Amino acid sequence: MGRYLARRLAAAVGVLWAAYTLAFAILYLLPGDPAEILAAGGENTDPDPAALEKLRAEYGLDRPIAEQYWDKLWAALHGNFGVSVTSGRPVTDVIKDAAPSTLLLTFGALAAAIIGGALLALIATYPRGAGLRQLLLSLPSLAVSAPTFWVGLILVQLLSFQWRLLPAIGNEGWKSLVMPVVTLAIPVSAVVAQVLAKSLLTELGSPYVEIAHAKGVSRTRIHLRHVARNAAIPTLTLVGVLTGELLAGTVVVETVFSRAGIGRVTAAAVERQDIPVVLGVVVFSAAIFVVVNLLIDLVYPLLDPRIAQNGARA
Amino acid sequence: MTDLSLTQVGLGLDRDEPTPPTDAALRGPSRGRDLLRLLAQPGLVLAVIVAVLVLLAAFFPSVFTGRDPLEAVPKDKLQGPSLEHLFGTDQLGRDLFSRVVHGAALSMKATVIAVSLGLVLGSLIGLISGFFGGWLDFALMRVVEVVLAIPSLLLSLAIITALGFGTVNVAIAVGLASVARFARVMRSEVLRVRGAVFVEAAKAAGARWYEILFRHVLPSALGPATVLAALDFGIAILAVSALSFLGYGANAPAPEWGSLVAGGRTYITSAWWLTVLPGVVVMAAVLATNRISRAVDGGRSRS
Repeated sequence: MGRYLARRLAAAVGVLWAAYTLAFAILYLLPGDPAEILAAGGENTDPDPAALEKLRAEYGLDRPIAEQYWDKLWAALHGNFGVSVTSGRPVTDVIKDAAPSTLLLTFGALAAAIIGGALLALIATYPRGAGLRQLLLSLPSLAVSAPTFWVGLILVQLLSFQWRLLPAIGNEGWKSLVMPVVTLAIPVSAVVAQVLAKSLLTELGSPYVEIAHAKGVSRTRIHLRHVARNAAIPTLTLVGVLTGELLAGTVVVETVFSRAGIGRVTAAAVERQDIPVVLGVVVFSAAIFVVVNLLIDLVYPLLDPRIAQNGARA
Repeated sequence: MTDLSLTQVGLGLDRDEPTPPTDAALRGPSRGRDLLRLLAQPGLVLAVIVAVLVLLAAFFPSVFTGRDPLEAVPKDKLQGPSLEHLFGTDQLGRDLFSRVVHGAALSMKATVIAVSLGLVLGSLIGLISGFFGGWLDFALMRVVEVVLAIPSLLLSLAIITALGFGTVNVAIAVGLASVARFARVMRSEVLRVRGAVFVEAAKAAGARWYEILFRHVLPSALGPATVLAALDFGIAILAVSALSFLGYGANAPAPEWGSLVAGGRTYITSAWWLTVLPGVVVMAAVLATNRISRAVDGGRSRS
């Protein structure tokens, strides 16, 4: 178990470093002069050359790119991700302030997506008839085809303006969280349902199910106790990736519902081409991905004791 | 947008070990039987019709509407859908149907660029990685893994930050974000083909490495990547429309599907059609391409 964890931790650090490097490469190496981007701040103006030179010197953009990279990485290791170009505040402060509301939204949506998707998969694979199963299993492909921003706006239209049940915008109270969570969770719950249903159907065809039947275990008990437990592993593997997608999805959802948070910070940073903030957000998302995956690695051995012994994922 | 690579994640699980095409699949069934099988699936027929309509709209918008998408008629502003204005009019009195039809051109252009970029660049990386193996393969695959760990929307946003706004930049951002998925699929397929008898034979016959790579390995390894490209189409439409909704696409008066929905937000209480109808069109297009890609995929693995 100890070695298993140590290896996972080392991999996690590696992912963080790689994410930083990738984001740095995208933001500083792709065509487009960072100094001009910084000077323009999203406006279409032609800054004068003298100001550009000053900016380059100020941000160290006149030095070799490798040198800039090591300096910035070294600073980042000490928790310094530079300052936002538009507000002048440290990037870490900007993210720290915006994180709580976004994490609440992200993990709320993750819980909703897992519960909703698992329910749909368990119900859809239970009936013996193929008709109902087909109908229920076609719901996910419908859900992943709808643009998230559009689903959000439709909910606002119905629940806020037509029926006046929930507030349309803002961060106040749990009521303002309901629609964003649902909007964010819909496409992810569809994926959970698809993957879980697939492995449930595979598991249902395996010999141990037949033996349990022969021993007189009820169908419901087989479905919920035996099959669901084994089928959960492929879905669990996905949770890290899905959390990342949810976090990224807050860019759209927080814009639709005018909620303050990381998503809005990101949208604004892209609009103003605020490079340090965008870099910080990418690393933040990688950090969340890494933490969630470490937690999943702790859960695996509980579902399947063989994993901890072999140190490998099933 | 969460749904970017989600279908990918869901459907990608079984995509790493593609079934080798059998002789029957390579020869293919007769064309008449193909048509019969198509007509037996009304959902697929509908999907094909929608896809054809969208493509027609993208290339020949005048087939559907004679109205100018930019022409404002102030006295007709904010009218609901009617026979005169199928999708109603916006706050300036522009015909929404005409704007959606003309928007197809920009949105489809972005989608096609994105998918082509992902397919070509991703396949090339996967081809090189799988064919040469060794440290190059190791390095490329580690990069691919990291890219897959970062949500594709976030990746696209970072690329847009560097490149700037506009339809083409949005398309490049979406395309680059999908390169890793193509690379992985292509690599696993190349690994399978690389050891095949006909490749060994070509090697023994003294063919040069680039001849083997492009004439023997590439053609027989391309299948799964093209299936992924079909699937990627729906994902790309959604990604492009989300970025356009956020305001990173074409400049203001030009209609794009995502920005049309964003433009209608202000009038959500008084003019529902401005947000609802463009979204319905996007969803129909995505459903259609997903249905078609499933048929393409199923056709390969079934026979």
